[in-house]
Amino acid sequence: MIPGTFSYHRPASVAEAINLLSTFGEEARPLAGGHSLIPMMKLRLATPGHLIDLHGVAGLTGIRRDDDKIVIGAMTTQQQLLASNEIRTALPILQEAAALIADPQVRYRGTLGGNVANGDPGNDMPALMLTLGATYRLEGPNGARNVAAGEFYQGAYFTALEPGEILTSITIPAPAAGHGYAYEKLKRKVGDYATAAAAVVLTMADGKVASCAIGLTNLHETPLLATDAANVVISTGLDAATLKQAAAAAEAIMSPAADARGPVEYRKHVGGVMVMRALQRAAGRAR
Amino acid sequence: MAKTRISMKVNGTEVEGLVEPRTLLVHFIRENLQLTGTHIGCETTHCGACTVDIEGMSVKSCTMFAVQADGSEITTIEGMANADGSLSPLQEGFRMMHGLQCGYCTPGMIMRAHRLLKENPAPTEEEIRQGIAGNICRCTGYQNIVKAIQYAAAKLNGVEFKEAAE
Amino acid sequence: MNDVTPTREQRTAALEGLGCKRKRVEDIRFTQGKGNYVDDVTLPGMLHGDFVRSPHAHARVKSINSEEAMKVPGVLAVITAETLKTVNLAWMPTLAGDVQMVLADGKVLFQNQEVAFVVATDRYAADDGVSKVVVEYEPLPPLIDPFKSMAPDAPVLREDLAGKTSGAHGPRKHHNHIFEWTVGDKELTDAAFKKADVTIKELISYHRTHPSPLETCQCVCSFDKVKAELTIWGTFQAPHVIRTVVSLIAKLPEQKIHVISPDIGGGFGNKVGAYPGYICAAVASIVTGKPVKWVEDRIENLTATSFARDYHMTTEIAATKDGRVMGLRVHVLADHGAFDACADPSKWPAGFFNIVTGSYDFPVAHLTVDGVYTNKAPGGVAYRCSFRVTEAAYCIERAMDILAQKLGMDPAELRLKNFIRREQFPYHSALGWEYDSGDYHAAMRKMMEVTDYAALRKEQASRRAAFKRGETREIMGLGVSFFTEIVGAGPSKNCDILGIAMFDSCEIRMHPTGAGIARMGTKSQGQGHETTWAQIIASEIGIPADNIMVEEGNTDTAPYGLGTYGSRSTPVAGAAIAMAARKIKAKAQMIAAYKLEVHEDDLEWDIDGFRVKGLPEKFMSMKDICWAAYNSVPPGMEPGLEAVSYYDPPNMTYPFGAYLCVMDIDVDTGVYKIRRFYALDDCGTRINPMIIEGQVHGGLTEAFAIAMGQEIRYDDGGNVVTGSFMDFFMPTAVETPHWETDFTVTPSPHHPIGAKGVGESPNVGGVPAFSNAVNDAFSFLGSTHIQMPHDYWRNWQAAKNLGAVAA
Repeated sequence: MIPGTFSYHRPASVAEAINLLSTFGEEARPLAGGHSLIPMMKLRLATPGHLIDLHGVAGLTGIRRDDDKIVIGAMTTQQQLLASNEIRTALPILQEAAALIADPQVRYRGTLGGNVANGDPGNDMPALMLTLGATYRLEGPNGARNVAAGEFYQGAYFTALEPGEILTSITIPAPAAGHGYAYEKLKRKVGDYATAAAAVVLTMADGKVASCAIGLTNLHETPLLATDAANVVISTGLDAATLKQAAAAAEAIMSPAADARGPVEYRKHVGGVMVMRALQRAAGRAR
Repeated sequence: MAKTRISMKVNGTEVEGLVEPRTLLVHFIRENLQLTGTHIGCETTHCGACTVDIEGMSVKSCTMFAVQADGSEITTIEGMANADGSLSPLQEGFRMMHGLQCGYCTPGMIMRAHRLLKENPAPTEEEIRQGIAGNICRCTGYQNIVKAIQYAAAKLNGVEFKEAAE
Repeated sequence: MNDVTPTREQRTAALEGLGCKRKRVEDIRFTQGKGNYVDDVTLPGMLHGDFVRSPHAHARVKSINSEEAMKVPGVLAVITAETLKTVNLAWMPTLAGDVQMVLADGKVLFQNQEVAFVVATDRYAADDGVSKVVVEYEPLPPLIDPFKSMAPDAPVLREDLAGKTSGAHGPRKHHNHIFEWTVGDKELTDAAFKKADVTIKELISYHRTHPSPLETCQCVCSFDKVKAELTIWGTFQAPHVIRTVVSLIAKLPEQKIHVISPDIGGGFGNKVGAYPGYICAAVASIVTGKPVKWVEDRIENLTATSFARDYHMTTEIAATKDGRVMGLRVHVLADHGAFDACADPSKWPAGFFNIVTGSYDFPVAHLTVDGVYTNKAPGGVAYRCSFRVTEAAYCIERAMDILAQKLGMDPAELRLKNFIRREQFPYHSALGWEYDSGDYHAAMRKMMEVTDYAALRKEQASRRAAFKRGETREIMGLGVSFFTEIVGAGPSKNCDILGIAMFDSCEIRMHPTGAGIARMGTKSQGQGHETTWAQIIASEIGIPADNIMVEEGNTDTAPYGLGTYGSRSTPVAGAAIAMAARKIKAKAQMIAAYKLEVHEDDLEWDIDGFRVKGLPEKFMSMKDICWAAYNSVPPGMEPGLEAVSYYDPPNMTYPFGAYLCVMDIDVDTGVYKIRRFYALDDCGTRINPMIIEGQVHGGLTEAFAIAMGQEIRYDDGGNVVTGSFMDFFMPTAVETPHWETDFTVTPSPHHPIGAKGVGESPNVGGVPAFSNAVNDAFSFLGSTHIQMPHDYWRNWQAAKNLGAVAA
């Protein structure tokens, strides 16, 4: 398991990185944490001629508060998310999810940007980004643009990234104080992708759900926002019947592939179960 | 393919070498530096046998290119013994608690446990199990590895190690 | 003088002999990264080999074009079957009496089969070369389901066997049939079934899995053209056997082959056999005159070098209505893949599967095994078990639960009722074995007491009622397993490999200063032989274990032995060690008598030396005797203190144990939790309890993995769908349960120190405990048998099929 040959580039700035990507076109791949790309290269399922390592690019890491938004540099690692007080306070769901991604070693290298940008339906963070209403800042030869996470994912490994563009930061509106959250992920073991996972962010008022967003991981070729399911629970106290309805509404939009994690029917079923459990746990956390 | 000159500090010693960009760090460590304590078990970033410590991070060196480590400070299992050559608390813990059998996962396991204890000097059993979940052991069933790490934690913290009651 | 004379206890403790939790000698190097594994071996000018492998499960190879590969910088040679034919090595014999392609000869028969071997200056160039070899295939219909192997219209897999109506183990019934093996008395068994009040019949499958040690299979072959000598460093559990096999197939004189097994990163049966990589690396070294290294990657390991299990066991028990077993009938369909490369003793095509009567007093039994070919990887290795013993234990332990369910009896009670009683040992089983010793009732009762089995059953009953009332979505299962193993292959009357009797050996040399070296025909892969073998010697001859260096794995220096697998090291080599030590002691006694000026019979052994009976002050320590052996032996005696023992065991040993698994399963997701796992093992005399406990932990973890998800699965097209550690269930510290260990001690009556072997018991006994727990959890919903592996989705599927989950 040896990668094919390539030229290695370590740009120091975003502009330089974009320039390299534009110059080499299809031959070039940006390298973030590398824990998706390098294994693919070792299997020679990916054979880029030029690897643009983003680790030397200034200004791509870090977490900062910008009014009611949290801005996270694309090269911020899962480990940094887990260690951040800002994230713990404002976006605890990111920590809950990050702790369920891969394993400790991978989290030291794996980045938020890599996780959300490569379009792998198994990645956990994209569904959270949909749930939280995040915006991606993409910078390319034609300048910078902001794309809503909800507009970003087009198919498995197909995203809104244009040739020469890289993701530089992610902006997430801080959820309301007192919000409830949960990321329920069913996986076979540490290091596995989700058999099914559901992210929930909600607010409660007088024992009823006031607002709710539900995201789904690895249940379709792209991450999903389960809007109908979220609508079902609004103004309810999340009684058993409502939970079942929400699960059914979520299952209606799932189309997972059968794989070693189980047949389609199972993955959809547990997808619904994850939705119900995430809703309950989120509600329990809401203040 | 043209080779690149890289240099880094490994176990406190400045080293350098010529590598292809695609040379994996684990191969650089094992073959160029002849530090063969770092092992290769799965090649798909699952088993952790190749774990080394880079700049305060536990990293699977089969999933990083050597060029990416240019200029870094790295510790491998060969750098873990005490200065006088005696076993460090973690190494001693693995021996005393029978935390290894074939020894193949051991270097990666110790390197990971080293960083875990730096970040969390008194972990619970659950924290240890989560903390070493990126390392596969086929021999021990992990139970004695957990004890080995608890032993080392106690020793490093200067407290008496009480083996958990069975 | 103010010397403090050590007490007897202190003298005994100083030896660190039998029963001591001695810390391991090996760990000093392993904890410092100073082990020496095969991939650590680097030789000047060493080349690297890598395989081109088949993407197809079944295809004709139309052409192999290596033109582009040869242009890759660093690539020196591309070896194909045509190359190997020039040295008559395109095919190689298997340990099971079949032949196997070393490189694809005309067709490929399983996915990832070896097609060509690229030799290059380094592993990167070799891999580049592999990517440039162009192979043209004509796909053929794959045969994946063993139940379809012998269909009249099944594709012909092995064209080389055309017209051969018999194989190494007798007649073949079909072009995809390998052998039929029959044991027991059919007529008496049929009669027992006719008389029975109650019978059960179930197809119990043990899925295909893989030992997958953390270090893959690898070798370095170095041929010295001047001396015409071949040196092989390899991950070999049985280095001597490898040397003999290489000598026979490569036609090299055996003394010109040096096989070295350095430190081995786990074996679990994976490293017993001979694989194409070894042959190709050896040929490449002979052809190029340079050392050649071959290291398989994990995907290759999982998909090409051997597999384990894949037994489909139709099992019937006849019993009386009060639960006494009367007869056992088993038919096994054994999927051997494309070549029969089972690593069994040669006369045993299904290993010791005839231990399938288990721990129970079956008056009669009848067993047939049909081996068949499919388009899957060859192998059939004993993954942490004696040959096919884990399949047998799973079969009978599952079947006993099914019988208990049918009778409405508690599974533990049914077992207690049918155990072979202590006074029946030595016990002759209906399928031909002589069980040496056991006290099954005591072990089972201890398990039931310690775990408070009765209370657990009560809890289960109330939880089941709660489930039926809709108050919980969790079901609880108790998995009882009581296994009897058969290990220590083996007596020459039963066991050989390619005609070599399965003895084992030990050579001990004591040096003048009271230190010594012991060499064995076995080879540790993590079992800690360097530690435990010295403990046996310490107790036998009174020299501290620290003063005994143990060396294994070099065929030039170690006495011939059959290696380490099938839990044979302690029963066979452990006995050889004790016997060699006793020869040392016998000579030492003569020397001591001479020095103490008494008759030998006037001496008695006292921990670490000989004492004159009745004269306690007249004592000579073993240490002093060692010195004397080199300067003042009795007249006529040869100087020196050495001994060799080749031990041909009189019988197998029969370790046993009682396990209990307590499991909760969430029916909505199929997610299980192992609440408790208790393992009581009886391995006879316990040499090092620390190491025994470690072996049990490890074996249980493998059993857990196998029962709960670890499988080599093929899709209908013959593609492996579980070919990496992502999909091949390899539990981490998070998934792995906590293990409780316990023991009883029933020494083996025929083993010199009474030891029986333990390394594999937890795998053998663990798998049925987990599977019985799952099956027990679901049984109240109406199921009798759910096939392994019991991963989440299959548990959910079971719940759904039983109506416990709404569609």
